[in-house]
Amino acid sequence: MPNKNDKKEVLVKVKRQSSPKESPHWEEFRLQWRPYMNVIICLRDISENAVTSDGRPTTPVSYDSNCLEEVCGSCAMLINGKARMACSALVDQLEQPIRLAPMTKFPVVRDLSVDRQFMFESLKRVKAWIPIDGTYDLGEGPRIAPEVQEKAYPLSRCITCGNCLEVCPQVNEHNPFMGAAIFSQVRLFNMHPTGKMHAKERLAAAMGNGGIEDCANAQNCVVACPKGIPLTESLAEINREAWKQSLFGWLAG
Amino acid sequence: MKQPKIIVVGGGLAGLMATIRVAEAGLPVDLFSIVPVKRSHSVCAQGGINAAKNQKGEGDSTAKHFDDTIYGGDFLANQPLVKRMCEAAPGIIDLLDRMGVMFNRTPEGLLDYRRFGGTLYHRTAFAGATTGQQLLYALDEQVRRHESEGKVQKFEGATFLSAVLDESGVCRGICSMDLRSMEVTTHAADAVIVATGGIGAIFGRSTNSVVCTGSAQSALFQQGVDYANGEFIQVHPTAIPGEDKLRLMSESARGEGGRVWVPRNPNDQRAPRTIPDGERFYFLEEWYPKYGNLVPRDIATRAIHRIVYQERLGLHGKAAVYLDVTHIPRETLDRKLEGILEIYEKFLGIDPRVEPMQVFPAMHYTMGGIWINGQDQATSVPGIYAAGECEYQYHGANRLGANSLVSCIFGGGLAGTAAVKYSANLQTGRDAVSSAVFEVEKKRQKDKNQALISNQGSENPITIWRELGDIMTEHVTVTRINKNLELADSKIRDLQARYHKIDMNDRTKWSNQTLNFARELENMLILARVITLGALQRNESRGAHYKPDFPERDDANWLKTTRAKFSDGEIVLTYEPVDISQIPPRPRRYDAAK
Repeated sequence: MPNKNDKKEVLVKVKRQSSPKESPHWEEFRLQWRPYMNVIICLRDISENAVTSDGRPTTPVSYDSNCLEEVCGSCAMLINGKARMACSALVDQLEQPIRLAPMTKFPVVRDLSVDRQFMFESLKRVKAWIPIDGTYDLGEGPRIAPEVQEKAYPLSRCITCGNCLEVCPQVNEHNPFMGAAIFSQVRLFNMHPTGKMHAKERLAAAMGNGGIEDCANAQNCVVACPKGIPLTESLAEINREAWKQSLFGWLAG
Repeated sequence: MKQPKIIVVGGGLAGLMATIRVAEAGLPVDLFSIVPVKRSHSVCAQGGINAAKNQKGEGDSTAKHFDDTIYGGDFLANQPLVKRMCEAAPGIIDLLDRMGVMFNRTPEGLLDYRRFGGTLYHRTAFAGATTGQQLLYALDEQVRRHESEGKVQKFEGATFLSAVLDESGVCRGICSMDLRSMEVTTHAADAVIVATGGIGAIFGRSTNSVVCTGSAQSALFQQGVDYANGEFIQVHPTAIPGEDKLRLMSESARGEGGRVWVPRNPNDQRAPRTIPDGERFYFLEEWYPKYGNLVPRDIATRAIHRIVYQERLGLHGKAAVYLDVTHIPRETLDRKLEGILEIYEKFLGIDPRVEPMQVFPAMHYTMGGIWINGQDQATSVPGIYAAGECEYQYHGANRLGANSLVSCIFGGGLAGTAAVKYSANLQTGRDAVSSAVFEVEKKRQKDKNQALISNQGSENPITIWRELGDIMTEHVTVTRINKNLELADSKIRDLQARYHKIDMNDRTKWSNQTLNFARELENMLILARVITLGALQRNESRGAHYKPDFPERDDANWLKTTRAKFSDGEIVLTYEPVDISQIPPRPRRYDAAK
């Protein structure tokens, strides 16, 4: 870690937008440096003393956050132009002025807060669940080989932060591409012994408008994922399976 | 009467389990959550979930799980529900397994189990070190399925303001605020299940998530929902100190063999790995040979405080001790603990596989919470049920690690079933309630917002909150001294006075996070007093509640539940007996086998 203990001030620029209808503008803040400071602490300090670096009172910055340990997926934003989680963005590792902007692939709610409902709707669309019969006692689940668990577990750590959509050139206002996270979930559920029984339904949903065939293999997603999920592997596998299914469907038809 | 409808407030494990149970029973559910439910605080649970399935052939049983839980809780928990929970736990694991939770496996493809604090058995099923996340996702997926079938309607980004109570004090719905439009609305229901989680924000910095303010519990308390055992606060022994939050380092690190130590010589400047074994003080192993590093959390936390503040053996004179996993093979660490080691590495830039972690205790969990009955999670107000961390039933004076997830799911399921039954038996449903009942509550809440927005003053809500956190952390956590508790209470009352001079530095009408926080803060201040006064009154030491002036457990005078009521704007503490019908109380000690 770079040793910058001599630094007494932190300069932060925030892209502000008071509502979805307003046009954005930038504001600059001068903050007191503290050890272990992260972007969340910067935003809290601004809330406590919402005055710009030129002494003008303003409103606290709106932003999404919850767990502050990179497991809830809330605080994704653009930090110095890069899509990442604000809680794990340590000030000492960032170039100043630190530029904070909302993600661009999701509608802005206010300031840095965005609406990622699209992703949850996509999870619905691809039926990202195991269809159990009920919560009453039906005994143990299926046995799973450790090697299958070790392959599936990393996929199940997706925090739906949206960074993979943010960096994907195929996700834009003209194209409803669902994004790598969603196809990776399809892969996860199709890998599970019970989930497998409904693999075809999920694959069918993963095709069509916004589906897997829109992936142009830019491979930005796997780099942006804060959880190190092998997203490109997931995309390749779902692409292959979807292709097989459509081919099989054509032969059978 | 219309088909009954149920409202669930809170989308963590307990709220989601309740939702699933109600949806399965065929009733519509409105599910309210501040954050998208998949981002709820349950994601932060790390180490695992307890169930005595005796998968390792050690002779474990649900009776032993029950005894460990009651003993670990220092006999303060009412026993019948705890017994039912322990008996239900193996079935809960099966259910989660069927839902697709990627639990770690044995070579035979069965679930693997690890050890955890306060037990000598391998009883904790786990999915890496992100078990809470995996469990939450499994329930979230099931709820999404019910949602896509039209059985569940989600209100995400909405905060609970209050219950709507009719003329006879029966709950008929809730009043909530949309956090974007800031619109205040009421929602009718035949029963309401509250599953609003923890209260960490009252202590400023804790292991909890931002939304864990206890605001909903406090709002309900002020409406006549009793609050029990508030003074029992769990301080987790091992967390990474931080400015914004104290990040948990799961007990599973010790469950997998991690060791806690300090150099015997406090002036030892050597790198930790170069300090020979003989010059290290493994104080938990020395003081508690039977349980070692896996003593319950209250014991481990007090031991670390003793090392730092009395023995003056903190690392480099600071409030920290080593949590060391460097002797464990890297392959094991990555397979079983990756999630937490990654947190340490990301936030401190140090690889804990190579360098021992520096940790210190942090506020983590409230054993106390909304008072519920001993049968079906019903609160003291008809029509309101509570489940999960926000209620008090399962953990007594100290919660055992990996019991929280099981209590959330058990309690959530029970509350769901109970709410369905209650609403089916109602004489008059929500449709028979006069609209004036809803209008009155809505106006009360809108007036509160208006008063805050138009207030002119000099106080900042975040400043008041920081001060509250400092007071609570200093005086109402590990060591409690009556004169300090009195001081803390008077300081909180000062903060309450200052709260009236609050100045909103944001008066806008769209997505105003400051307004919402100010509302939460008012509620936090009241709940802080409930906790502090409960601690002040209880002149004994039991579980997490430790008073050096009263160092022993005092069953003759204090084997009783604190039940706080709100009466004419005042906090009134009452007491009721603990149900000890199953296991007679005995002394609790962990330096020998129990």
